[in-house]
Amino acid sequence: MSLVVRAPARAATPRRRNVKLGRIIVRYVFLIAVLIFAVFPFLWTLAIALTDKTAGGSIYNFPASLFPKAITFHNFADVYRTFSLGKYIWNSVSITGMTIVGTLLVSALAAYPLARFRFPGKGIIFAVIIATLVLPGETTFIVNTLTLKKMGLLGTHLGVVLPTVAAAFGIFLMRQAFLSVPQALLEAARLDGAGELTILTRIMLPLSVPSLAALGIFTLVGTWNAYFWPMLALSGAPDAVPLSVAVLKLKGQFNYDPFNIAAGSIIMMVPVLLVFLAAQKLFMRGMEGAVK
Amino acid sequence: MARSQPFNARQPRARYSLRDTLLSYGFLAPALILLTLFTFYPLAYGSYLGFTEYGGARFAQGLAPKWIGLENFRTLAADPLFLTALGNSVKYLVIVPVLQLASLSVAVLVNKNLPGMAFFRAAYYIPVVTSISLAAVMWDWVYNKEGTLNWALGVLHLIPEGSFFGWLNNEQTAFWAVMLVTFWRGFGYYMVLYLAGLQSIPAELEEAAVLDGANSWKRFWSITVPLMKPTILLCSLLSTIAALRVLEEVLVLTNGGPLNSTYTALMYVYSKAFQGFNFDYGLASAAGLVVAVVALLLSVVNFRLFHESDGGEA
Repeated sequence: MSLVVRAPARAATPRRRNVKLGRIIVRYVFLIAVLIFAVFPFLWTLAIALTDKTAGGSIYNFPASLFPKAITFHNFADVYRTFSLGKYIWNSVSITGMTIVGTLLVSALAAYPLARFRFPGKGIIFAVIIATLVLPGETTFIVNTLTLKKMGLLGTHLGVVLPTVAAAFGIFLMRQAFLSVPQALLEAARLDGAGELTILTRIMLPLSVPSLAALGIFTLVGTWNAYFWPMLALSGAPDAVPLSVAVLKLKGQFNYDPFNIAAGSIIMMVPVLLVFLAAQKLFMRGMEGAVK
Repeated sequence: MARSQPFNARQPRARYSLRDTLLSYGFLAPALILLTLFTFYPLAYGSYLGFTEYGGARFAQGLAPKWIGLENFRTLAADPLFLTALGNSVKYLVIVPVLQLASLSVAVLVNKNLPGMAFFRAAYYIPVVTSISLAAVMWDWVYNKEGTLNWALGVLHLIPEGSFFGWLNNEQTAFWAVMLVTFWRGFGYYMVLYLAGLQSIPAELEEAAVLDGANSWKRFWSITVPLMKPTILLCSLLSTIAALRVLEEVLVLTNGGPLNSTYTALMYVYSKAFQGFNFDYGLASAAGLVVAVVALLLSVVNFRLFHESDGGEA
């Protein structure tokens, strides 16, 4: 009882209040320090990308290079032209687009029977799909390149995409979405003589748009940023590589021109950053959902 | 009507309907074919390759893999580069406790209802959605001999102006510099996982502890940490396996150098299989198997550790 009385009384004394205010200030100072650590590389890259390189000066001229005086967009046009960046942007769009369509299609198709049908082997198949999340795949990339070579797909966008579209995460996510669609809707459609494909496309998918969107966004960000696998699968086809791989080639080729590299980096980052900022809540909830 | 039978409660023992079975496998076919071709087959064939001689001249001549038993593993045990690589991968595990404690602490700090917290959470997550190749470009400038890190340390008088060096070119620092990039890309990810865990702690517990006069450190250690045990276990498990499998950071930042100081086990797998002219799929697969087994063992150890400390308290 006495505790209840004492607590507000303590909070009311000026000393107490100062301590509390001090704690909040310390908290913010710390959070801002972490913030600088997290976003500084981006801000500096942006500053370099916007710097007028014709005005002279090095990117290593501190602190001047962190705050460009003469701002220009010339670097973006320059890197686009001299490095034919359009080609790599198109490659990224092609690989990412195909991966998203493929992932949504394969996941939705596989998730439908797992959520809604009774068939022999269902439990085993589901367990095996989930097991791929934890199976150590240290050598899969070696065999996959050999397989793609045999299929004549090594060095093509399809070859980059195919091994990635059937993933447990997507199948699991869509299965959860389909499980929540009321059974009565399906029964009614079946009585009306609708085929299963019609039910999937006309009932299940429209009712699962939030999950489809989430899966699409996750796939977009992951594929757009992917480096190792596209680099490996396209190592024999330098013109087919996406931006994520090209940006490092850019670094090698234009080492003397960090302004162009920075501009190219910003171009690569913008789509993902926009998607992330727009879908930020969804993103973080998706992550949190993975724990629960 | 037969189609509704599986959902009919009055017929729990209904046989599988042929129609449903065929339809199900039809819908599952694309996923199963792709998973078999690009996940299960490579797992099996890759394991098999670890016991064979394959690659190089043999591969060029179109010959099949030749079974050589444990020969590859003997080669690995005698290869100083592989031992260095494995050692570096194990050494990389020091990131696990640091990363977990940092992201848990940051999660606790942004979990409070104060203005701007949503902004901080979002900003901390941005490195997570950044490509490793972009991270390499940006951190290269930071770590450069003339880069911002040296400048900042110079301003703070932590290193004298004349003795600047490139952090990624120095065999003493390259390993830690690469690890800092892993840390940078990881802490937002774990922070979000911890936030989810924190939000499931009942507020009354915190309040009761405040009334009992427990300070924030005490509350952190005696309420937050014990209640967060399942999340901490999951995160440290994920982070242990990720640390052991570090490859991309090394590949793009240092390519294993200088003097192999950042060369990790998966870097070895990759470079034996694809770098240079004498690609050796057999040896690379064997090295991959070793990493996989170590990863599996570490997961078990991780699980045991947390499980035992759990039982000890109860």
